[in-house]
Amino acid sequence: MPKANLSLMARREERAAWLFLLPSLVLFAVFTALPVISAFLISFAHWDLFNPPKLAFLDNYIGLWNDPIFRQVLGNTGYYVVLAVPLQMLLGLLCALALNRGVPGQAFFRVIYFLPVVTSTVAAGLVWAWLFNSNFGLINMGLSLLGVDDLPKWLISSKWAMPAVIAVSVWQGLGYSMVLFLAGLQNIRRDLYEAAALDGATGWSRFWHITLPLLSPMTFFVLIISIIGSFQVFELVYVMTKAGPSNATNTLVFFIYQNGFMFYQMGIASAAAMVLFLIVLVLTLVQYRLQNRWVHYE
Amino acid sequence: MNSDGRSTPTLTDWLIFLALLAGAILMCGPFIWMISTSFKPSSEVFAFPPTLLSAHPQPGNYLRIFTTIRFGQALLNSVIVATSVTVLQLIVCSMAAYAFACLRFRGREVLFLIYLAALMVPSQVTLIPNFILIRNLGWIDTYQGLILPYAFSSFGTFLLRQYMKTIPGELIEAARIDGANHLQIYAGVVVPLALPALGALAIFTFVAQWNNFLWPLITTSKPSMQVTTVTLASLQGQFNTDWPLLMTGSVLAIVPMLVVFALGNRSFISGITAGSFGGR
Repeated sequence: MPKANLSLMARREERAAWLFLLPSLVLFAVFTALPVISAFLISFAHWDLFNPPKLAFLDNYIGLWNDPIFRQVLGNTGYYVVLAVPLQMLLGLLCALALNRGVPGQAFFRVIYFLPVVTSTVAAGLVWAWLFNSNFGLINMGLSLLGVDDLPKWLISSKWAMPAVIAVSVWQGLGYSMVLFLAGLQNIRRDLYEAAALDGATGWSRFWHITLPLLSPMTFFVLIISIIGSFQVFELVYVMTKAGPSNATNTLVFFIYQNGFMFYQMGIASAAAMVLFLIVLVLTLVQYRLQNRWVHYE
Repeated sequence: MNSDGRSTPTLTDWLIFLALLAGAILMCGPFIWMISTSFKPSSEVFAFPPTLLSAHPQPGNYLRIFTTIRFGQALLNSVIVATSVTVLQLIVCSMAAYAFACLRFRGREVLFLIYLAALMVPSQVTLIPNFILIRNLGWIDTYQGLILPYAFSSFGTFLLRQYMKTIPGELIEAARIDGANHLQIYAGVVVPLALPALGALAIFTFVAQWNNFLWPLITTSKPSMQVTTVTLASLQGQFNTDWPLLMTGSVLAIVPMLVVFALGNRSFISGITAGSFGGR
């Protein structure tokens, strides 16, 4: 709109709008926009916070590329995402389907399954670390009562530590997927099922031809946020394993924390953060493109 | 009523009920074990077979945690930080949302897209620059250092804007004809009508802040400034086999959120789901 056409009222409205936006603009610039740019710049520097930063060009990225630990970290994070996301989504979907058909006590179940979501991950991690304690934890006590001889060492075993962390994250996250799937299910029009029933569709084919396609926008949403959330796993690792044993559960965000705040390698930590950013960005964009191909809107 | 329109539970419904019950026990198990351990004397923790109810319950664990470490201060800090962040976010986000939903200005769509794009930025990306900023400001171990970086959220703005868009334009127009200015329309018409969305955002933000860990971990070093999650994690290092004390701390960290959730579980869940439908 050319400026000359703006009436006095429109101009007043425009000024009011910017005044209303001012606090958010300042906070957004200071704590989000500028930090994103700074993180990008810091990733090209050597900086330990005590001496002035030195230009490092691509050193940090090359360093990451050649660092066997970083490769292990990426592998661990991938392993975590590939197991945790489908498990959490599948269990969440099953719970949602079960709770959407009018079984007795469903309001109660909905609350119970959701409780771990509002639970502090640090506290939950502590409880589970205690449950998974290889000598005195309830899980191994139970297994030995069942007659299992070769008890897993769980959090101190490089083979079992990651599955244990994944189990806890599924426990904590499935209620979140469940609630979203429930909302998606409740959005599907009842009359579609009635029409299908009149046509003689069985329960299974109604699920396959109505529920699943119409739930796909929600499935797609849950998938994206679960993947993005899973790439950022940190608290459970911090509390349960401290990334051990020998980096078996070291993940991307723990690696960023370790380099930034234990080793004071701000450049390396920022470069790793950029890798995380890139992964999240690419996933979001790829999913956004795929969305139109396999997601059905009503 | 179930999906077939019948109102009496079928055999399948009861089988599903049993499966859900088994699942519920698994979901609750850790909470029950945590509470059970928190009442045990240290010696009993390693008993085999394990006991659920101690023969010698130790409610004193709940006093011990306040006397051996500054757990009371940590709980207080969590309340201060979570409350301040929540109040600030409600103000800042509702103001921005009002501008996006109810006012016309050049650059509105572009700016909204920029705010939305920020949702894609993982918080760990801004972690290091924000830490350096807070450190240079001398804000390590301060409330403002814990609070201000969270005073604005793209998610909150988005959530409120979507809700405010559903407010009928005639209501705002009527107020305008009555001579109300934008501040009066915001505070007198839009905010009262957006209360359900504000409530959802408030609960959502409070819970997220109470459970927040990484930022307070790196920006506090004095025990007197630590929040509950950080104190709890540091307990693990100091008392690493004192499981009753660790479980007592966990109970105290979890229970306030269960209360908040019990009071507002509908709006909490509507906050989560509103975010998912908004993108359509």
